[in-house]
Amino acid sequence: MEQVNQGARDHVYPQAAHALYRTLSQAAISAATPIAAVLVALSFGAALLWLNGFTGTDVVTVMVMGSFQDARSIGEILLKATPLILIGAGLCVAFRCSIWNIGAEGQLYVGAIAATFVGTSIDGLSVWIHAPLVMLAGALAGAAWAGIAGYLKVRFQASEIVTTIMLNYIALILTSYLVTGPMRDVSAAYPQSARLVREAWTPRIVSDMRLHIGILVAIVLAVALYIFLQRSSRGFALRVVGLNPHAARYAGMDVRRNVMIAICISGAMAGLAGAFEVAGVTHRLYQNISPGYGFEGIAVALLANNNPLAAILSGGLFAMLRSGSEVLQITSQVPQVLVLVIQGIVILSVVAFAKFRGMFAGLR
Amino acid sequence: MDDMMFFTFLAALMGAAWRLATPLIFASIGAVFSERAGVLNIGLEGTMLVGAFCGFAAAFATGSIPLGLLAGVGGGMLFGLVFAFFTITIKADQIVVGAALNLLGMGLTAFLFRTYYVSTGKGIEIAQPVHIPWLSDLPFLGEAFFRQNLIVYSTILTAILATLVLYRTAFGLTLRAVGEHPKAVDVAGRNVATYRYAAVMVGTGLAGLGGAFLTLGHSNQFVEGITSGRGFIALAVVVFARWSPIGAFFVSLLFGLFYALQLMLQAQASVVVPYQVLQALPYIMTIITLVFVRGKGAAPSKLGQPYEMR
Amino acid sequence: MSSRPFLRIDNIHKRFGPIIASDGVSLQIDEGEIHALLGENGAGKSVLMSMICGMVRPDEGEIVYKGVPVRFNSPREAIRQRIGMVHQHFMLVPNLTVAENYILGRGSAFRVINDIDKVHAKIRELSDRYALDVRPDALIEDLSVGEQQRVEILKALFNGIDLLILDEPTAVLTPQETDRLLTLMRDLVADGKTVVFISHKLDEVMRVSDRISVMRDGRVVNTVSVDHTDARGLARMMVGRDVGMELVRSAAAPGRLVLSVENLICRSETGLPAVRGISLGVHAGEIVGVAGVSGNGQSELALALSGLLPVDSGRVVLNGKDITGLAPARINAHGFSHIPEDRHKHGIVQSLSLSENTILQRYDQPPFAARGMLSRRAIGTHTRDLIKRFRIKCHNENQRIGDLSGGNQQKLVVARELARNPDFILVNQLARGIDIGAMEFVMEEMLKQRESGKAILLISTELEELFAICDRILVMFHGEILGELPPDRARLEELGLLMAGKTADHSEQPTLAG
Repeated sequence: MEQVNQGARDHVYPQAAHALYRTLSQAAISAATPIAAVLVALSFGAALLWLNGFTGTDVVTVMVMGSFQDARSIGEILLKATPLILIGAGLCVAFRCSIWNIGAEGQLYVGAIAATFVGTSIDGLSVWIHAPLVMLAGALAGAAWAGIAGYLKVRFQASEIVTTIMLNYIALILTSYLVTGPMRDVSAAYPQSARLVREAWTPRIVSDMRLHIGILVAIVLAVALYIFLQRSSRGFALRVVGLNPHAARYAGMDVRRNVMIAICISGAMAGLAGAFEVAGVTHRLYQNISPGYGFEGIAVALLANNNPLAAILSGGLFAMLRSGSEVLQITSQVPQVLVLVIQGIVILSVVAFAKFRGMFAGLR
Repeated sequence: MDDMMFFTFLAALMGAAWRLATPLIFASIGAVFSERAGVLNIGLEGTMLVGAFCGFAAAFATGSIPLGLLAGVGGGMLFGLVFAFFTITIKADQIVVGAALNLLGMGLTAFLFRTYYVSTGKGIEIAQPVHIPWLSDLPFLGEAFFRQNLIVYSTILTAILATLVLYRTAFGLTLRAVGEHPKAVDVAGRNVATYRYAAVMVGTGLAGLGGAFLTLGHSNQFVEGITSGRGFIALAVVVFARWSPIGAFFVSLLFGLFYALQLMLQAQASVVVPYQVLQALPYIMTIITLVFVRGKGAAPSKLGQPYEMR
Repeated sequence: MSSRPFLRIDNIHKRFGPIIASDGVSLQIDEGEIHALLGENGAGKSVLMSMICGMVRPDEGEIVYKGVPVRFNSPREAIRQRIGMVHQHFMLVPNLTVAENYILGRGSAFRVINDIDKVHAKIRELSDRYALDVRPDALIEDLSVGEQQRVEILKALFNGIDLLILDEPTAVLTPQETDRLLTLMRDLVADGKTVVFISHKLDEVMRVSDRISVMRDGRVVNTVSVDHTDARGLARMMVGRDVGMELVRSAAAPGRLVLSVENLICRSETGLPAVRGISLGVHAGEIVGVAGVSGNGQSELALALSGLLPVDSGRVVLNGKDITGLAPARINAHGFSHIPEDRHKHGIVQSLSLSENTILQRYDQPPFAARGMLSRRAIGTHTRDLIKRFRIKCHNENQRIGDLSGGNQQKLVVARELARNPDFILVNQLARGIDIGAMEFVMEEMLKQRESGKAILLISTELEELFAICDRILVMFHGEILGELPPDRARLEELGLLMAGKTADHSEQPTLAG
């Protein structure tokens, strides 16, 4: 039946036009789910505001539109998008390999610690060397921290869900120890580290805005990870391991190695995000340097259907909502944590819509 | 530290361990139920938070601790209903839904807390210890075990009751079968989805109770993220306990001991290790538990898998 | 026999999405008979019986049981009407005892279990009566497959039955256990019960049944009395034409030794001894068969040879190189191909395309990869070529392989493994779950490979498959090779005895599972 239709259509349309039509309709279908999911989540957020005596429509007027006031506010959105894109794209790789890395938050902190260490303890390097060195240190530290969970999984079958979460808490406690102890800037009132030397700072794109080149690095890396997953041999093996580890072993793929690669890539991306937060935004290490980017990254990846390219868009979207929620807090005293609720609803909507789509496909 | 002081310290430590284990005992016994039925709920952290918040809010409004506890259980179960709907009815991935519910739990409780309570700064009256006549006067043991509040005592009852239900009733028998061979249950004429719903409800109800204990029996305030990972630790406790309620009780006590050590040693001036090391102890022990206790063989074979009826 | 039919199935239709499972089945079962339901894989036998026992609801048609039209909404309702079914995949919960399995789903959902002693007594009584040897307090997971089957049959008796349906019950049994089962079936009939027996094995059907219905393509093509037919006639009905499976093949001309196995010992994934000292050799240009009842260590032998299961001791030499304990990738690189037993677990990745499944082992080798990147053009060309050569039915090479039929999936696996141009091909269950057409095709391919000088080891539980293409047949029992026979149908009985563990020197086999 299906085959006959296909044949008939091939006859009517030229091959190229047909391919274009298919690509476009597929793109439309795959975009429909995330868009619908975001709409549902925003409606839920509006209802929540309205029920608690706030103005429900603020979700759209302030949260979505309000953050686009001027170039500066757009810059702030992109600044927030940087860690989200990095972490989200990295988690796409882990999730594609069926590794449930919930520990990006901890990996971000460890990356920030390493970046702070390299950025404060070395002096006299050129910015061309020091700034990349800081990024590298963050990425390596994040990869190593994630690698602990990866090793425990491949060696002892310890569930990475639990170990990565525990490593989150340990990383946070480690940070708190460092900024109140060994790394503390004693001259400051708050627990914080010393300031990174100028050369270690991530260069800004425009001198009078906080936005730094991290956003460009994030986009380039997301594209690179997309190519890696879809086009490279190694990425293919990684996907096979995620889809069917038995078949992967049968085919001669090293399952453990692929698991390690996937979790370390996601850790490196989170660590890099941590490095950018320190070297590009705060220039010091604090106890609460991340407002939960590591957890938000999970939602970014899921909304992107584990496609790193789409993570650029979903990361941008979540950054916009986060910026908007800050505006909302200032203008209407709506607690900013609203954004967590919206993220949770986005994930639930995505899975629900994906299932319904599957059901429709089954009916056809 | 002389002998007398040491024993006093030890008695206080044991008492604190049981108290601090209480939320874990409830949550992990609950998790035993849902995991035995094949449902892995990593949203327990968010569920416990909801329980903690609902318990606090209800007690704040009514001044009644029993009502608070009830609200905690109810809030947990309501959250469980969402989890069950998505994972059992829609058959979505349990891990993804669990992660979403953690975000929701964190976000909703923080949102409502900041909207309604943070500015009041007021706490609530927490459950008072009940001294068991005669026993509470025993040296050391009295302080450790017989001067707790009723919620803490009820953990023993919960563990025994859970064991009886799981191993001595038709409901428990079917529940255990659902996690191993759902199709056999289906053929035997019982609805797999119903049992999974029930298991999730028991699990999240108990998790909600565990959360409510934090605000009603331990601290007198709700704090954002007050559960600080207990929902996740409960999952590791279940592995260590090999999916047995009595096991979950004792493993939770062990973890309670880590929490208690951390608190008590922080207060000791003579201890030289940074307090963060002690703070990290429960988390580090959780990882070590997972590494050394490989309970794969004991895990329900359909854990985490949706059941597709043909 | 009563005048009115005991069970009448009238023009039943059932579809699962695009697949037609029952296409107007009609069938009549008489009281007190053993009625065999014979047919190939996918002929619709199991689905039909699932509808009788309430697991699947028919789309159309009528089931009349004991003179009354019935429509069961659940297995429970069928059980209440005294219909019991023993499924091919047992419905026993491994972490519960026999007795606990029997009371599962009985009585109020919230009752306290306090009558287990009575249940134990009843089980013992039934077990003694039918000599079933079932202990009520045994944990299912501790029982052998044969024992579990008896537990299943006893469960039906425990529930009370007039009609017992057995779905492919002998597939997992040794010949001795099969004998025992066939005797039990006669005992049950003698007790006034009716038995329906699903099988695709002609000899058993001929031995035990009163009447035989043959199914093909979702219909009953004929019902005959056992006295009025023979195996050949049944086979013709099953496939719809004459069969003989006489494939043309030249005389064996074995060349050099390609694979040699010396005293191989390994354990199963659960840690139990599985392969207990196997030695064999496969030469270029020959097909060596390994016969045996499933569960006698064949799966573990295949996994150990291909590097998927650790080897405890012994040596495997391929092309003169010791490959014992190497990783699968290294073993593959020495000219080793493997058509695995479990296609869905090992052979393919369901959600990937045909193209991607084609390069499962060679994803990082030229021409499919260059500088670490996949060459889509090369992969597409290669896959299209295989699709054409092996006549795989699909839209195009980018289709999800999971959407193909089992036969076409297997063809792709065979195509992929042969395309790698190996020296040695390990085949475990060449034709499992595929239709006759695809089966003949892949068998012919194997013979072509043999002609071109490949060494092939074919593990199979289907004797027909082995007789059709092997040059010699090794018989495996209890992790050992008990003997070697030529593929001569005249020596079938000898083969059967070896499969049951009976060698010439000790005709009494001491231990048998169960």
